Amino acid sequence: MSVRRLAKEQPTEFSFSPENLAWAEKQVAKYPDGKQASAIIPLLWCAQKQNAGWVSEPAMRYLAEMLDMAYIRVYEVATFYTMFNLAPLGKYHVQLCGTTPCWLRGADELKAVCEEKIGPKGTTSADGMFTWTEVECLGACCNAPMVQINDDYFEDLTKETLGAFLDDLRSGRAPKPGSATGRTSSEPFGGPSTLTDPNLYDKSAAAPVDFAGRTAPSEGGSDASG
Amino acid sequence: MLQDKDRIFTNLYGLQDWRLPAAKERGAWNGTADMMAMGRDWIIDQVKESGLRGRGGAGFPTGLKWTFMPKEIGDRPHYLVVNADESEPGTCKDREMMRHDPHLLIEGCLVASFAMGAHACYIYIRGEYIAERLRLQEAIDEAYEAGLVGKNAVGSGWDFDIYVHHGAGAYICGEETALLESLEGKKGQPRLKPPFPANAGLYGAPTTVNNVESIAVVPTIIRRGASWFAGLGRPNNTGTKVFCISGHVNKPCNVEEEMSIPLRTLIETHAGGVRGGWDNLKAVIPGGSSVPLIPKDICDNVLMDFDALKDVQSGLGTAAVIVMDKSTDVIKAIARISYFYKHESCGQCTPCREGTGWMWRVLERMAKGDAQTSEIDDLLDVAGQVEGHTICALGDAAAWPVQGLIRHFRHEIEERIDAYRSDRPVPVHQAAE
Amino acid sequence: MATLIVDDKEIDVPGEYTLLQACEEAGAEIPRFCYHERLSIAGNCRMCLVEVVGAPKPVASCAQQVRDLRPGRDGEPPAINTKTPLVKKAREGVMEFLLINHPLDCPICDQGGECDLQDQSMGYGIDTSRYKENKRAVEEKYMGPLVKTVMTRCIQCTRCVRFAAEIAGVEEIGAIGRGEDMEITTYLEKSLESELSGNVIDLCPVGALTSKPYAFTARPWELRKTETIDAMDAVGSNIRVDCRGREVMRILPRLHEEINEEWITDKTRFIWDGLRTQRLDRPYVRKDGRLQPCSWTEAFEMIASKIKSAKPERVGAIAGDLVCVESMMALRDLMEKLGSPNLDCRQEGSLISNEQRANYLFNTTIQGLEDADAVLLVGTNPRVEAPLVNARLRKLYLRAQARIGAIGPQTDLRYDVEWLGEGPQTLQEIADGTHEFAEVLRSAKRPVIILGMGALEREDGQAIMHLAAQAAAKFGVVSGASEDGDAGWNCLNVLHTAASRVGGLDLGFLPGDGGMTTHDMVSAFQSGNLDVLYLLGADELPLSRSASTFIVYQGSHGDRGASIADVILPGAAYTEKNALWVNTEGRVQLGRRAAFPPGEAKEDWAIVRALSEHVGAKLEYDSLAQIRNALLKANEIFASIDYAPGADTAGTFDLEKVGQAGPIDGSPFVYPIRDFYLTNPIARASKTMAECSALSAEALAQAAE
Repeated sequence: MSVRRLAKEQPTEFSFSPENLAWAEKQVAKYPDGKQASAIIPLLWCAQKQNAGWVSEPAMRYLAEMLDMAYIRVYEVATFYTMFNLAPLGKYHVQLCGTTPCWLRGADELKAVCEEKIGPKGTTSADGMFTWTEVECLGACCNAPMVQINDDYFEDLTKETLGAFLDDLRSGRAPKPGSATGRTSSEPFGGPSTLTDPNLYDKSAAAPVDFAGRTAPSEGGSDASG
Repeated sequence: MLQDKDRIFTNLYGLQDWRLPAAKERGAWNGTADMMAMGRDWIIDQVKESGLRGRGGAGFPTGLKWTFMPKEIGDRPHYLVVNADESEPGTCKDREMMRHDPHLLIEGCLVASFAMGAHACYIYIRGEYIAERLRLQEAIDEAYEAGLVGKNAVGSGWDFDIYVHHGAGAYICGEETALLESLEGKKGQPRLKPPFPANAGLYGAPTTVNNVESIAVVPTIIRRGASWFAGLGRPNNTGTKVFCISGHVNKPCNVEEEMSIPLRTLIETHAGGVRGGWDNLKAVIPGGSSVPLIPKDICDNVLMDFDALKDVQSGLGTAAVIVMDKSTDVIKAIARISYFYKHESCGQCTPCREGTGWMWRVLERMAKGDAQTSEIDDLLDVAGQVEGHTICALGDAAAWPVQGLIRHFRHEIEERIDAYRSDRPVPVHQAAE
Repeated sequence: MATLIVDDKEIDVPGEYTLLQACEEAGAEIPRFCYHERLSIAGNCRMCLVEVVGAPKPVASCAQQVRDLRPGRDGEPPAINTKTPLVKKAREGVMEFLLINHPLDCPICDQGGECDLQDQSMGYGIDTSRYKENKRAVEEKYMGPLVKTVMTRCIQCTRCVRFAAEIAGVEEIGAIGRGEDMEITTYLEKSLESELSGNVIDLCPVGALTSKPYAFTARPWELRKTETIDAMDAVGSNIRVDCRGREVMRILPRLHEEINEEWITDKTRFIWDGLRTQRLDRPYVRKDGRLQPCSWTEAFEMIASKIKSAKPERVGAIAGDLVCVESMMALRDLMEKLGSPNLDCRQEGSLISNEQRANYLFNTTIQGLEDADAVLLVGTNPRVEAPLVNARLRKLYLRAQARIGAIGPQTDLRYDVEWLGEGPQTLQEIADGTHEFAEVLRSAKRPVIILGMGALEREDGQAIMHLAAQAAAKFGVVSGASEDGDAGWNCLNVLHTAASRVGGLDLGFLPGDGGMTTHDMVSAFQSGNLDVLYLLGADELPLSRSASTFIVYQGSHGDRGASIADVILPGAAYTEKNALWVNTEGRVQLGRRAAFPPGEAKEDWAIVRALSEHVGAKLEYDSLAQIRNALLKANEIFASIDYAPGADTAGTFDLEKVGQAGPIDGSPFVYPIRDFYLTNPIARASKTMAECSALSAEALAQAAE
């Protein structure tokens, strides 16, 4: 975490698009009456998406009024959570996980790729296509190293695959999210070492269970260890 | 070693269809209403008897935690809040459960909420898990559509609503009271305890916060019987556990295994072994970044459970196994973890706010060797000043990795410092010391 | 009660006590930064760590209640240690953390000498630093003209954040960012908009928030401290005036639980630069249309000649808002000797009578408000008329124990209010029982009706007062102490806006038989039917220069009164005299001289006493002691220093005699104070107040957009 400041240049106003407004109202409805402030994070997130990836100052006031919160409370939230970007950034936000599990598997090499293809950390490329930042653990450690580009995770990266992905994005092609080495998710490379028993998937697990019958003997309380 | 028939997350890797019909064939939502008909106390007793301990890191007995909720529903509603703010470095298990076996979680939410008298449940998922959030919401929509949740959920007579809420990038929101603050629309700063959430949690109402895995395993435990679960692993360390194996292994993966499996077996059976062979192992962080690392000689025989790892001055934590081979600059690895804690400290209380940055800066210098050997003890002292003096456990989590490093690799830091200083003239004031 | 052992000493304390309170009860001193008795508990500084025997780690004593402690294994009471090596080490650790990023700039810090961090580092600090990295620097934050920030010094205790949100009721201060980059700021560095904002300076345990006007002007140890009474409003806040030489350098609150707790308003705190400017430091007479310096004798002779040549019924006197009881006493006696019945202390123009004392007092008492369960505000905006009364009302609101209704134009009181109507007809409906709020009052056990000057200074003020008394009689509670131990309750309150008003009413500085009221005197002045008008610190009247009326102005500042005067008699400001004031509760309080008046200016009663000789009506007192004796003879209440009668007089309070039945005018109430920062001559002489006034006008204009 470093000191976070609002962008110097700000739009004069913000309001949700009709679709986002409808969406926002649905979010607010999730919480009990009078607890509408609970929706501030989802709404800030939505405002950020609507505003090319960053939260503007008028948006903070707009949401504060919508949720009946003090401006300063929204400002606190927007600066506390690191997913809220407070200044404009490139079309693609490359968030590179640099925490130890990814670092052990080559995050530094990925950083070098970003520096080469985008520029120094935290900056936006000259063509406005990319901003790259180093972020903390994104929770895909078994598929390290990885980056998040806008909403998508790109995993099991090497400097070559990340480089190719950035090139693709730059030229308008969309790389496929997920593992770059063809894994479905976090199974061991080459195929799972577990969950191979076909009986798991023969519907036998859906056979009726007699809870009442089963519990009778446990009344004595001795079968917990069995 | 666990057999496939005893695995709970049968679609952990997403190789099967996650949707409701397929999930049902794999056993989800099987007999849920019957289970609930057995009553709240019965469910809680089952969970207690199973020996299930919280899967989010602290390992508190889940059934016991549920009993802290008021027995009767008073004028305040009860809430279940599921902690899906999976952010502990090394940990990526809840993500797989939510995107590949979401119905196990949703069913677990219903059963647990019913057991605690909650008509509403919020699942707080970390903000970065966007696809997972959408998937989970889709699964919830399916469940509403099928009458499994909502009014008279699954025909049980219990009204139950379940909502997905998300964060926006703050590790601290994995701390249960910070999570509640965040869910209330505030900064994620942990609350003072007592009062504990079971007395005054979300919106001041009785609340229980459980990890995704703790909740998702409950229906299966009840279906198969508490004794089945309790029969796996060792006493006080029962059941199955999803391990996340990352770092210098040939095949990093998530895998559901029996509790108390030897670390070496776990790595060699499922993760393809340590890169370069077992003897190339330097150290392992066995339970996510917060727990102290253990060097190879401990790794050789240690069992992966709460008690065994505690005995070697580490912990099971989230069972995120971060493997480091001999090529690892272990000082730098821990320095990077220290940076993580500095970055994620909420800033509320003094020792953590100031201490995390201090420890990180010293470690960064030590990774270069730009320090004095006396600073190692100072660092240990600073870590001790953070540990146990903070509002929440983040202070402890920041101190432990540093303590583990010094405990097991002090010699390496000293060598680094000596090497650094050997090519540099000693400043006069230091020579005089 | 719970029993526990603190440092081997067994004590009994209430279960809801925090460990910190319990330790203090046992005589142990617990250091703290974030904890403050009047704010919510944050538990974030960790300085108050203590050892709870059996607990695995030290416990923040501010954050845990005694009732949450578990007894020992054999049922022995829980034990706390505050002096063990473990505790000392823990606190030293916290202190070290606080200091690593705190600049050691005490020599240039205004907090130096009265800094909690400085003080506690003597106990828990070490003399060298193990921290070899660069210290953190934090950008300054603008918080307005009153609060200076040096945010690098901030230790993130969040007292200011909590004060703003909880006590002041303005969610303006927050902590942005997180971790070691957490910073205290207002939204986009806006100026604080509370009338109580200066209190954050006192609350800040370090030099992060200091007084901007006072910056770099003095050190605490070189100041002479005088405990006295504020005169900026009718609350009578207890203050400490710090002087160097004859100059007031700053004003701080003193603790008085029943009045101001430990807060003061920004006007009270920052008025002091107004004490230095626009001062009347010598007598003046008007010659050739211009005010020219003169001697005291010359001034007195001039007045004497005018008074002697005027018929007594064409001489009048009006006392202003800041004047003390003694000076009103002297002027009242002089007017009596001169045979003039034309005197009035009700500068605002109300006709409140002093027939019964409870008639014009805040009978519930300020502290008593905390027990209220229904409040009706009538024509008052307490936020600017008495911000500390407003803070008590906010306390009520926060505890959600009372319904608060108001009659008057809607305004932001810093808490939610049910706006019932704008003018007296709503009060009529309540008094008639046709308004829903009558039921609220009726069902309340401790209802409160507060009448402001916005209701009473109107022409129908007495009729409104009568209606309020009727409502109180029908739906309220006015009862003296009962035998079952109930202390009684008097729900009817007048919220005055002037420090001098209740004292004047107590003295009877009111028209005699056939005498003119303030309003009459102003009319007589305008129609040329007044020969001499004596303005005792009265600056708020709609008067302009007149050829037909000779105006004597006695006061401390060259303000509206002085500008129209023919003779100016330079008096003392409220900080410059030993004098009495009576607050809106009827509480007599003793003010003490912190500094001498400037130049030839004198204490006000003495000026009147000196003048009396020149007009041939010599007053019988020659010393403060003598005039105080005379005061007691005039009204024995002046002997009861610091006593607020509250419900003690409720038993004999005749509500029928309150106000006067009469027609009411349907027009909405107009609140008496338009600009909080400029209500009196001293405030109008203060640059600081002018700056605040301009900013608040700007903020109002913005809000109106």
